[in-house]
Amino acid sequence: MNFWVNFIVAAVVAGTPLLFGTLGEIMNERVGHLNLGVEGMMSLGAIAGFMVGYKTDNFALAMIAAFLSGAAGALVYAVVTVTFMANHTVAGLTLTIFGIGLTNVIGFHYLGMSESGTLKLPEQITQQMRSIHIEGLSDIPVIGDLLFQYNPFVYLGIVFAILLALFYNRTKAGLNVIAIGENPAAADAAGVHVTAWKYVNIVIGGGICGIGGAFTIMITNGGVWISDCVGGLGWIAVALVIFATWKPMNAIWGAFVFGAMRILKYYVNKEIIHIPDAFYDMLPFLVTAIILVVVSVRQVKDKAQPAACGTNYFREDR
Amino acid sequence: MSDHTTHKEPLLRVSKRRELTKRQAFGVKMISLLLALIAGGIFLAVLGFNPFVIYGTIVSGAFRSKLAVQGTVKLMIPLLISALGVTLAYKMQFWNIGAEGQIIMGAVFASYFALFHSNWPRPVLLIVMLLAAMIGGGIWGLIPAFFKNKWNTNETLFTLMLNYIALHIISFLRDGPWRDPANPGFAKIATFEENATLPKLFGVHIGWLIALILFVLVYIYLKYTKQGYEISVIGGSKATANYAGMHVKKIIIRTIFLSGAICGIAGFSNAAGSDLTLATGVAGGVGFTAIIVAWLADLEPLGILVVSFLFAVLDKGSSVIQSAYGLSTDCSDVLEGIILFFVIAGGFFVRYRFVPRKRKEEKGGENA
Repeated sequence: MNFWVNFIVAAVVAGTPLLFGTLGEIMNERVGHLNLGVEGMMSLGAIAGFMVGYKTDNFALAMIAAFLSGAAGALVYAVVTVTFMANHTVAGLTLTIFGIGLTNVIGFHYLGMSESGTLKLPEQITQQMRSIHIEGLSDIPVIGDLLFQYNPFVYLGIVFAILLALFYNRTKAGLNVIAIGENPAAADAAGVHVTAWKYVNIVIGGGICGIGGAFTIMITNGGVWISDCVGGLGWIAVALVIFATWKPMNAIWGAFVFGAMRILKYYVNKEIIHIPDAFYDMLPFLVTAIILVVVSVRQVKDKAQPAACGTNYFREDR
Repeated sequence: MSDHTTHKEPLLRVSKRRELTKRQAFGVKMISLLLALIAGGIFLAVLGFNPFVIYGTIVSGAFRSKLAVQGTVKLMIPLLISALGVTLAYKMQFWNIGAEGQIIMGAVFASYFALFHSNWPRPVLLIVMLLAAMIGGGIWGLIPAFFKNKWNTNETLFTLMLNYIALHIISFLRDGPWRDPANPGFAKIATFEENATLPKLFGVHIGWLIALILFVLVYIYLKYTKQGYEISVIGGSKATANYAGMHVKKIIIRTIFLSGAICGIAGFSNAAGSDLTLATGVAGGVGFTAIIVAWLADLEPLGILVVSFLFAVLDKGSSVIQSAYGLSTDCSDVLEGIILFFVIAGGFFVRYRFVPRKRKEEKGGENA
């Protein structure tokens, strides 16, 4: 029992940065923009969250900085793709290369200025981002462990996912946004402000990615700065969007399933099951590739990418 | 929604313009590049560096000695080869971001012969490795092309997955079957025997010669052959190509195989020329940068030659500024990113223009 509780808890924590990245990318793809810059936006969030946390020792300020910095990266992408109608694939790749590069340059710069040669978050903020403990609730055996003792990011991610699901499924604006991703010309004709909604969704999506990036440095890496801290999670998040079939609620359990895949190799009894580690690392990508193929073979419309994804919308071409 | 009719006309609206001439388009690109350098300079100034000194050091750093020039050329080889490779796919509007994986699989296939047939005569072995790399990279490209043709599976996402699958194939080989027994502590694949490494010519492994030959071949292929023409027709419109009686699916398969095969050669050149072993970093992001290079060059081989050289200078120069000024080598990524953002945004002005609100539209200026 204890083994399973530990495993599930570890899977949830490992899946949380993916959840943020996935939600951010869902927001992008829902307005028709295949943004391959998730890795870059997460990196930008990581450096901003870390540096502001380092300087101010305040968790809330660090979160805001992470959000704004991811959003700023997304804004560049939005200007280039929405207004200047550049190719999404190329712009996204550029954002990734730029974001990782900028993050490493700034990190390296501050590392060089620190006396000890390392950067570590101060005491107070480390306390604030530690796993919560609610008197009574967290002490319930099993359930308390499974539900009430995560770090604040985990709950924040789930709240974001639920809000986003409510937005898409229960509001008229959400429906309009989905329409933009499927057919921007039709949405425009129906009076939806296509450009404005694209900007809003891309920028907020980028901000959410940024928080996921802050997670990788603050929690996964224990608040000690390293280069390339996001380490490919942004790309897994892009994969996860497919796995979640572009739905925020699916992203929650999808992220935890992928989190489980990330840590599986540490929990399998190697004496009994002989599978090379590389296979476990490959698993998320293999599973996603298979899902991608299965979805396209079966041609399930509501499980496919938004129809207009990757294309630019030019009003006069209608 | 109901307020739609009461909208004011926006301050600026976008309108199509008559295509600019090649020279004008080139001018737009140069202006974008200049603006990018200014933006990059501001970034450097914010960090507290003198941008002129940094830019100067990057350029002089890439050429300061014979060794530095050789280093620059060495960085240029994989970029040039894989940018030529992805160009074939992109000309066809096949949004393949799998160059990274194709490079890796090329290296894996070539490494098999390097590791297990190193007793073969050197020229034979190297040619077999080259062919194996082409097949490896080609197959890695064929997989998504096959699914694209058959079920219209999204190639961008599929090739992305294949990159990581390929990466972990290397770590699987490294940890298990191909692990170097001479290195018990730490898992790595054995260094290639000299027989399986690319010889040097003018101080750099002959990957540069291979790259130049490929450049000429791709240039001729795209400009002067029927197959090259077919690629650009499909890129323009699949419907047109169908109507003209082309076997679109067959052409896609053939082109993507070639595209992957060329990227595979980059993997071969990296493994047998630079790393002298098969390492997980054999592609190391080159497959992604190559896409940027190809795009900056408007998918023209001549432009790719120039841009991959410029990027190699940036990369090499950035390693010099790290040792001289303590500015991270990743600076080159930042500058490359800024340049591309400006250039692709600038590309907009080649096709479109902003029309201000007040001016009455005159028929003559419109082309849309």
